[in-house]
Amino acid sequence: MTILMDSTVDPGAPDSRSRNSAHRSTRRAGDGPRRGHLARVDAAYGYAFIAPAVLGFLVFVALPIAGVFLFSFQDYNSLSGRSTYVGMENYERLLTSDVFGTVLRNTAVFSAFVIPANLVIGLLMAVLVNQRIRAISIFRTAYFVPVVISLVAWSLVWDVMLQDSGGINGWLAMIGIEGPNWLADPDWAMTSIIFVQVLKGVGVSMVLFLAALQEVPGELLEAAKIDGAGPWQSFRSVVVPLITPTIMMVAILATINSLKAFAQVFLLTEGGPGLSTNILGYFIYEQAFKAFQVGFASTAAVFLFLIVLVLTLLQWWSRKRWVFNES
Amino acid sequence: MSPELTTAAVVAPPGTKAPHRRVPRSGGAGGPGRLGTVGMYALLVLVAVPFVFPVFWMFSTGLKTYGDVFESPPVLWPDDPRWGNYLVPFTTGPFLQQFLNSIYIASVTTIGVLAVASLAGYAFARIEFRGRSVLFVMLLSALLIPPEVTIIPLFRIVSAFGWIDTHLALIVPAIFGVPAVLGVFLMRQFFLALPIELEQAGRVDGLGRFGLFARVALPLAKAPLAALAILTFLNSWNDFLEPLVFLRTQELWTVPIALQSFTDPITGIPIWNIQMAATTLSVLPVLAVFFVAQRQFVQGIAGTGIK
Repeated sequence: MTILMDSTVDPGAPDSRSRNSAHRSTRRAGDGPRRGHLARVDAAYGYAFIAPAVLGFLVFVALPIAGVFLFSFQDYNSLSGRSTYVGMENYERLLTSDVFGTVLRNTAVFSAFVIPANLVIGLLMAVLVNQRIRAISIFRTAYFVPVVISLVAWSLVWDVMLQDSGGINGWLAMIGIEGPNWLADPDWAMTSIIFVQVLKGVGVSMVLFLAALQEVPGELLEAAKIDGAGPWQSFRSVVVPLITPTIMMVAILATINSLKAFAQVFLLTEGGPGLSTNILGYFIYEQAFKAFQVGFASTAAVFLFLIVLVLTLLQWWSRKRWVFNES
Repeated sequence: MSPELTTAAVVAPPGTKAPHRRVPRSGGAGGPGRLGTVGMYALLVLVAVPFVFPVFWMFSTGLKTYGDVFESPPVLWPDDPRWGNYLVPFTTGPFLQQFLNSIYIASVTTIGVLAVASLAGYAFARIEFRGRSVLFVMLLSALLIPPEVTIIPLFRIVSAFGWIDTHLALIVPAIFGVPAVLGVFLMRQFFLALPIELEQAGRVDGLGRFGLFARVALPLAKAPLAALAILTFLNSWNDFLEPLVFLRTQELWTVPIALQSFTDPITGIPIWNIQMAATTLSVLPVLAVFFVAQRQFVQGIAGTGIK
């Protein structure tokens, strides 16, 4: 069957074939011309197998990214359907806009809390559930529950609880504390959004850290103990260095997840009160699909893209400084 | 930049190498006395509260009268539970239809992603071809991009296909877009670890490349396929931004869009108790499957780290 396929897929001349393939896959250079021919047919299968994914990527990921850059140079109102090339005008407008400055600052604050919270709380929870005690798996499951339920459901139930007369303030009142109007008070709305976001996702960080902790060889900890290291010391000097690859991965994931936050803002505060919870993901949606300023929104999307790119590359490049055992 | 990103990723998640035994090999608290144990459980329970209690609150709020929702002090469990609240979404609106829409969209998407991702994941792991690692990194880069970046041009593309306000707008970009990439990554991890001898035996039996994939490799991939199926279904079921932007007609909505629409048509204020009843109904099937198939859930989600 393979032989049959060969002739249809590969019309190339036999002599050039072997030379080419030997050149191409040096690892198989010793296998001779016959092997090279098969390798080439095999490669054709490879391309066929990846074709749906690669074509899909081009149409639904690469093309939209190119599109967002293109739109960012246009004044494009989706209601009137008119678009004109305006050069850098959207960029100028965006960079001189106070609103966008506030949105960027909000996004920075949001990420600046969500990312460390995922690292610190995620690791603490992983240590907590990495114990040999009875029924521990029940707690692992419990902490993971918000991860599997939808962000919409999670946001809506917190919407109920965080209302001025909602459950949280009701319980606080029982112990004599008058809670703020969590979602409508400009001083507290961002805190509430961050809180909801961290609770929703920290279970993933926990599971990743847990897996890493369980890979730490027991002998190393024994050795540290024999050398007189206390629990904290051996955690800091043995465990943490060994799990740095996971720390980096959680940091990257938390960064991306915090930058694509949208639904909780849409459902809980709609960016308000005022602009106090308007972060980039929401701002793009608002400008594009509520204000119909598609060109302007695309420019904001370009910024989001560049921020993600720069942060990811920074984290990636910084790894050599602190990530253990990269290979 | 990303092939190494994946190796970094592989270090941590329970991908393919014996992740099932949950025996802590390190860091376990040896034997802290009885008091210590009690304190430890108290701490574990305390930490669980913010993660689990909201789900209970969702359920119990769904049983309250509208007036009881914001009663002070808060009512943990209503004296007279209104079980009828849980029927209201079905009798007053197309919630059943919306539920079926979500099931249909998530099912078709899942089947499509399994096909696309297992083919490509296999090829990236098993077949040598020029540009393999470059193409793989290119695909992976999709996982870094927030959907807000691409949603505006995607809207244009989807409307060019004539798919606005149809389910195709949600299904096709998912089967071939980011969810597929997630799957490619997961499946590649699995196929990389598959012993080559199995395929050599298949070769001897006269199987071609497709035969090796379909008859040898794929039947061994039931575990990662299950994890991927759950992950894809879950992501589709929970999607919010895309259906919000692409769907207009109420009968075509998915569950998350429906949930946020249980509001008073005049004031726009949520009808809290009914909304929570509907939300509970949307969460129940997910939680039920989660408790049954925890391992696949955790593997799928942790294996990719994407919620």
